[in-house]
Amino acid sequence: MSLLEVSDLEAGYGPVTVLRGISFSVDEGRIVTVLGPNGAGKTTTLRALSGMVRRSGRIHFDGKDVSGYSPEKMARQSVAHVPEGRGTFTGLTVEENLRVGAYPRGDKAAIAEDVKRCFGYFPRLEERREQHAGAMSGGEQQMLAIARALMLRPRLMLLDEPSLGLAPKLTRELFAILEKIAREEGVTLLLVEQNANLVLKFADDAHVLEAGRIVMSGAAKEIEADEGIRRSYLGL
Amino acid sequence: MERFVQVIVDGLATGSLYGALALAVVLIYRSTGIVNFAQGELAMFSTFIAWGLMQAGLPLGAALLGALVLSFVGGMLIERLVIRPVEGGEVLTLVIVTLGLYILVNSLAGWIWGFGNRAFPSMFGDGSFDLAGVRISVESIGIVAVLIAVVGLLFAVFQRTKIGLAMRAVSLNPDSSRLVGISVGRTLMIGWGIAALVGALAGALIAPRLFLDVNFMGSVLIYSFAAATLGGFDSPFGAVLGGWIIGVAENLAGTYIDFIGSDLKILVPLVAILVVLLVRPTGLFGSAEVARA
Repeated sequence: MSLLEVSDLEAGYGPVTVLRGISFSVDEGRIVTVLGPNGAGKTTTLRALSGMVRRSGRIHFDGKDVSGYSPEKMARQSVAHVPEGRGTFTGLTVEENLRVGAYPRGDKAAIAEDVKRCFGYFPRLEERREQHAGAMSGGEQQMLAIARALMLRPRLMLLDEPSLGLAPKLTRELFAILEKIAREEGVTLLLVEQNANLVLKFADDAHVLEAGRIVMSGAAKEIEADEGIRRSYLGL
Repeated sequence: MERFVQVIVDGLATGSLYGALALAVVLIYRSTGIVNFAQGELAMFSTFIAWGLMQAGLPLGAALLGALVLSFVGGMLIERLVIRPVEGGEVLTLVIVTLGLYILVNSLAGWIWGFGNRAFPSMFGDGSFDLAGVRISVESIGIVAVLIAVVGLLFAVFQRTKIGLAMRAVSLNPDSSRLVGISVGRTLMIGWGIAALVGALAGALIAPRLFLDVNFMGSVLIYSFAAATLGGFDSPFGAVLGGWIIGVAENLAGTYIDFIGSDLKILVPLVAILVVLLVRPTGLFGSAEVARA
């Protein structure tokens, strides 16, 4: 059964409609990517799923209708959103950023353990645990954003362009960690990316978004192999 | 020499009063970015509630406790009903709304309790003692102690509790806070409630030194703004230290600079605000945002 079912999702900002009715599903334990050029509606898709923008249509998570849920309510369903711009709490320390990520949880001992687990994935964060998060580099803040999302013990992670602004080497490291999180911890990933080349090698399923509509869905391998799609939509 | 020490000691006590109200102003500014011009009037209203409860026969302690609880609830309601609709609006909109609240609360108090003067008892009585030739009232000691206790308590709440962490998170990044599951509205309501409570405490400390009337917090608010500006506007410690500096400076100027006397003391906070804004706009402890894009 699908973990996430989206049907006829429309969304936009004020009078502007960005998503024009998209339907797709995400199976549990998969790595799913939404690709597309600038302005296609990738970020809006994630924002609509978390309830951050005006939207209509149906969203089911784990069989439950969550179409009208607010962002805080989605977080409490263990859907973690790593937003565009990373959403760092600049004036909090690195460790406080992690702790705030576990806000809906009450299990103190497990939270302390999860902080350690995050430091295991990202040793850089441990070195800087007492530092103000705003003083860190873009790459470190991206690690922090992913770690903060992990602190929710999410079943589904929404990732908005995790590779944006990162050096290629760091991007590869980051994706390796994401893959580990997905494969070893069973966290389902839905990530939007502009960097199609990179993400198609890593994802299981892919949806191609163009001007607010899904123009192609399928296994990431097939889409990667489809010359027409690559040329028309992905600029590869 | 004794006169000098006396002036300093009195200045610290008065400054603690400015600091107490400044603390309430800073709490709201920290969590919402709003400068609440109505903070003094809310404190005045709370003090009148305490007075009203005493008129109804409650002892001072119980009346104060009742006023603090009602202020906390009232602060939350004001956030929900008055501030929430304009949340995230233009700075000018927010300024006008809190100024409107100032006039509203002031008029409402006048309508309910009239415009006369009333005496308000001090929770510390009127005892005093001599220390090496300096006259120190129990009230002064009490005021300073209460202020330090409040700051300590607030620090513990902000740094050590989950709700404190949520309040800091919301003030830094409301969108991101919602994504980690924090209810921003509820957190802001609690923030306004705490500020109103601290303001009520300030009112109850200040009223015994002046008379309780609907305008008694007006001039205190200016001193408190000076204290908050000097301290850095988003730092509770800064507000308290700023209050002490302003209080002592005001007293020194009034005593030793002939043309100032007690009539022109009000110049001290105004000059302080001006100088701080010109020389160091972030104040002593204000955070100039540390962030890398």
